[in-house]
Amino acid sequence: MIRSHARMAAFLSTVWMGLGQLYNRQWLKGLFFFLFELILVIFAREPFLRAMWGLWTLGETPQKRVGGKIVVQGDHSIFLMIEGLIALILLLLVLILYIQNIRDAYTDGRARDLGERPLSLFAAGRKLWETGYAYILLTPAFLFTLFLTVLPLLFGVLIAFTNYSGPYHLPPKSLVDWVGFKTFIDLFSLKTWSRTFWGIAGWNVIWAVLATLSTYFAGLFYAVLINAKRVKGKRIWRAIFILPWAIPQFIAILIFRNILNGQFGPLNQLLVSIGLPRIPWLSDPFWAKVSIVGVNLWFGFPYWMALMSGVLTSVDRELYEAAEVDGASPSQQFWRITVPLVMLATAPLMIMSFAFNFNNFNLIYLLTSGGPANPSYAYAGSTDILISWIYKLTLEQSQFNMASAVSILIFIVVATISIINFRRTRAFKEEDLV
Amino acid sequence: MNTTVGLNKLRSYLATFLLYALLVATAIIVLLPVVWIVISSLNPGDTLLSTSLWPKALTLDHYRDLFTKTDYPRWYMNTLKIATANMFLSTFLVVTSAYAFSRFRFPGRRAGLMAMLVLQMFPGFMGMVAIYILLLQLGLLDNLWGLVLVYAGGSIPFGAWLVKGYFDGIPRSLEEAARIDGATNTQIFLKVMLPLSYPILTFIMLNNFISPWMDFIFARLVLRSQANKTLAIGLFEMVTGTGNTKFTTFAAGAVLVAIPITLLFLFLQKYLIEGLTAGANKG
Repeated sequence: MIRSHARMAAFLSTVWMGLGQLYNRQWLKGLFFFLFELILVIFAREPFLRAMWGLWTLGETPQKRVGGKIVVQGDHSIFLMIEGLIALILLLLVLILYIQNIRDAYTDGRARDLGERPLSLFAAGRKLWETGYAYILLTPAFLFTLFLTVLPLLFGVLIAFTNYSGPYHLPPKSLVDWVGFKTFIDLFSLKTWSRTFWGIAGWNVIWAVLATLSTYFAGLFYAVLINAKRVKGKRIWRAIFILPWAIPQFIAILIFRNILNGQFGPLNQLLVSIGLPRIPWLSDPFWAKVSIVGVNLWFGFPYWMALMSGVLTSVDRELYEAAEVDGASPSQQFWRITVPLVMLATAPLMIMSFAFNFNNFNLIYLLTSGGPANPSYAYAGSTDILISWIYKLTLEQSQFNMASAVSILIFIVVATISIINFRRTRAFKEEDLV
Repeated sequence: MNTTVGLNKLRSYLATFLLYALLVATAIIVLLPVVWIVISSLNPGDTLLSTSLWPKALTLDHYRDLFTKTDYPRWYMNTLKIATANMFLSTFLVVTSAYAFSRFRFPGRRAGLMAMLVLQMFPGFMGMVAIYILLLQLGLLDNLWGLVLVYAGGSIPFGAWLVKGYFDGIPRSLEEAARIDGATNTQIFLKVMLPLSYPILTFIMLNNFISPWMDFIFARLVLRSQANKTLAIGLFEMVTGTGNTKFTTFAAGAVLVAIPITLLFLFLQKYLIEGLTAGANKG
């Protein structure tokens, strides 16, 4: 007869955690697993079922008030939802432990089949430390990411499928319900929402393209300019030009907010003093957009200049000498050697920069706060981009479901760009081989 | 002398002149806002209007006011605390997970890497409401540590990918030699990997130190009371309030924030550029 302690132990551990370990005569470990499941079943079953009920229904008793006094506290839909999600995540962690318990019983059973003595608890602990080292290393980061990134994002995604919004569906006063895709349908079919969305999305794309291209080519221009043979004091010029990158961005933006102030700002004072009219830098939709792109150019180009200067200094001199021998003119050398080399080295970063600019909240919010006001938009100003619109929808207007729906759309755009970019980089190809 | 040679020489002088003119003009555009804010902080008046680039007198009053009449020192300490704590916590989380992903092959590795990639693509504050409620439940709202936790959680996906890319570039032969000599995983990590990773470690630490100085969104969400404000929020409120009557005080505050960060940045610039290019090529 083939002795199969392995299968028997695995089977027992599937029935109830720890049974397989006990069968393998690993008393301490077995007892630990056994008690763990017992405690879970006794104490965690009720709260878990309640959490699932909460996640499913989002609460059933609304708050009742009589004469301004709260008579029945009622269910808080949003708390219920988050508790439900936490319960699901904990269930996932328990399931991982459960599978580990079965695997452990199986491997130790196999060791018995092969006539080896199962490891003592101490030896097993040491073995776990070496083989499970990666998991131990990852545990802190895993927990942080799970609870502070994954959980909030899952919640954020789920919100889009509810009616969580002011003024009628704000807990604890009233309940929130699941509504399916209604928020997305509203976003595209209701006039005010769709007009705002398309208007902002259009400007958002134009802004991201302008911001990326303007800083990229200005950076290239100055990197090449300073690199020219006849420029003396290259290091000093570079040090001066890199300054806007080094200054904390929010400080720079707030400084410009004052410089561009339409009434008292020094720029308009200068214009007036030389006999020109004032320009409404931040209060006219068109000029506000010009200001945003201009300010971004001011602190954006040094980054590219620094990167490209590095690339330029590492280009092999011989390439140019060979080109000169072949009779290439300086402009040919520039367009056929310099530009392609720099582009090759910096193109992936350009796409990353596009994705960053697409969501550059700080610049928009600190410089114009989305203004000037645009009466045909719902809760947005003329220079708002999607991300600053979401911010306003969430923190100022309590339109949580709509904010979440727009976030999902942004995610789809950014994810598409990133995946296209990432597929081309070496890292992904190397990863595929592993 | 040939006239064409003379013409060529003239053209060359003209080109050099134009080149320098362009450089000087750009330098002025780059430097003027910086000079202006420094001068503003030394101007005697209070408001934006009364500030001029050629003030009749200079004063340090606004710097004194900053420390005696506003909560500026407090904001500075808060920000410094948050930034330092975030630097250590985030770097620890990032480096340990990057080491695991780079050097070990285990079930769930690819899924983990993919998940971190996807997580980077969500707009950061999509989870804002959930984080708010979570911190509320944990009693960490309006608490500097609560904010540090939020920053640290958010820094992992991007940082781990970047550092993993760098670790991947370190040859394995060194570790294998150490392993033959009987080194444990922890010893290899601390004595072989980390000393070889100074550029990327500097980059990650600097990044994690600087980013809390710039953040508004989460700082505003988590820190509610006057006593717990960070610099970014405090300074923002100074110039967005009605009438801009504290403009020169803001200027003084801005100068005091900008000086250390700018110097730090300029000193470590080399590492920053290395870190960025390493990230571009490998991560």
